[in-house]
Amino acid sequence: MSSNLLAVFYLISGVLFILALRGLSSPETSRRGNFFGIIGMAIAIGVTVISIGNFSTGFIFLLIFLAVGGSIGAFIAFKIPMTAMPELVAGFHSLVGLAAVFVAISAFLNPEVFNLGFPGNIKIASLIEMSLGAAIGAITFTGSVIAFLKLKGLMSGSPITFVGQHFINLALGIALIGLIFYLCNTQQEYLFWSLITVSFIIGILLIIPIGGADMPVVISMLNSYSGWAAAGIGFTLENSALIITGALVGSSGAILSYIMCKGMNRSFFNVILGGWGANEESSKSASKEQKPVKSGNAEDAAFLMKNASSVIIVPGYGMAVAQAQHALREMVDSLKKNGVKVSYAIHPVAGRMPGHMNVLLAEANVPYDEVFELEDINNDFANCDVAYVIGANDVTNPVAKTDPQSPIYGMPILDVEKSKSVLFVKRSLSPGYAGIDNDLFYRENTLMLFADAKKMTEEITKSL
Amino acid sequence: MEIDPFIFRFSIFILAIFVGYYVVWSVTPSLHTPLMSVTNAISSVIIVGAIVAALAGDNNKIFDTANIFGFLAIILAAVNIFGGFLVTHRMLAMYKKKKKDK
Repeated sequence: MSSNLLAVFYLISGVLFILALRGLSSPETSRRGNFFGIIGMAIAIGVTVISIGNFSTGFIFLLIFLAVGGSIGAFIAFKIPMTAMPELVAGFHSLVGLAAVFVAISAFLNPEVFNLGFPGNIKIASLIEMSLGAAIGAITFTGSVIAFLKLKGLMSGSPITFVGQHFINLALGIALIGLIFYLCNTQQEYLFWSLITVSFIIGILLIIPIGGADMPVVISMLNSYSGWAAAGIGFTLENSALIITGALVGSSGAILSYIMCKGMNRSFFNVILGGWGANEESSKSASKEQKPVKSGNAEDAAFLMKNASSVIIVPGYGMAVAQAQHALREMVDSLKKNGVKVSYAIHPVAGRMPGHMNVLLAEANVPYDEVFELEDINNDFANCDVAYVIGANDVTNPVAKTDPQSPIYGMPILDVEKSKSVLFVKRSLSPGYAGIDNDLFYRENTLMLFADAKKMTEEITKSL
Repeated sequence: MEIDPFIFRFSIFILAIFVGYYVVWSVTPSLHTPLMSVTNAISSVIIVGAIVAALAGDNNKIFDTANIFGFLAIILAAVNIFGGFLVTHRMLAMYKKKKKDK
């Protein structure tokens, strides 16, 4: 196949990938979009194999490795519970990162097959491109592994900070640039390996100071990095499919990070530098004297909601942890039978990744047109009788509007306080991730339901 | 004077960033998780680089270090491609509209 024809096919798969993302503008078109993506991928792989034209031993190995990787991937995709989606995405990002590193290593060791020159005499431009691809890929890899461990709970979700952390990161960053510079000058192999090692370390150091609830930003950021790594490799291999895809994924991840940061009213750097809400805040709230709280049981809650005309559900990470989405849907079904109007309000940073709550509700068969984003539903709280807050905390805290000293000041919140009564399903009075007390707990019209989110919801359903 | 092919590729890159920017802003927030899993799947198109790295060159060289790295990258990317598209499909299949009440 001529290289011009090959380039046209790569362009076609690039366009199909754009259509795949475009499809996600509404749930109806999304399934077709995903199909476009699959076709694009099949075209890219197919024409690459045909253009190499090697159908002997190597081809058989290719099929075997594709089958092995493919069946592992398919197995994971079918087995994974929806609540584990954040870990899964983080894990998948790490694989893209590592694949980018491997391709860069291969291109460095054997540049002839990519027309990049010869070992020890690689074109400078290619060398820079593959170094960038390898470095970003390596950072994506270790960063995603740390994010995966934190999300999976194999590693503490609280921020890990130490003295001089930012200084060390800065020094490593400078070292990385220096290594790329010397690599271009001397073409020494050991410089390439040290560059990858340094990037691995940077990836770890970059993610360990970031705490659990900031994970939506981290995952989006790593998503973006995996795209830039692919683009870097695309430049090295002069492959337009990779360049287009890398740019798409890179900007997609960047936009998601931006949306997540805005949802917390924090700057990107503030999140990356990490360590938010580590110690001082929680000790401050712990010293506060005990204030009276109204707590109730399932019957009280059922009574309140049954007699309400409208209820808004506010789910948060706690719902995911307790796997309460199905129980919640059953409760809502009974409420609807009683003629109560129910809708769901989703805060942009609820959960551990963008759109986390929406997927869980969709899994529980909640129709997506009953689920609303913050700006679409926030005014409705004033007219609603009961707000049922399940596993959310900081995103409802009115202190974000009133107290300029508060770390979450300025964060957009769901105006749960405006509804006639508020039900909080929570295991204890402990403050949320930001380590600040929620004033709402002590209000007259708030009823605290101290229990596991799933159990409480099931009990309410029984009492309805 | 001839234009360096790099500039062409760079133009594609920049334009694709803009396309990505506008396309992703139009994605509905409720589909942000599938967006992440599908972008993850498509970024595994890096497999084309891995295939070239693994297969190109002499047939008797397929177990050289460079080629082995290519094969390893093929496995990783294949996990992602199948896993990413299938899990996206599984998620999207769950998004349903309200059933019309009788």
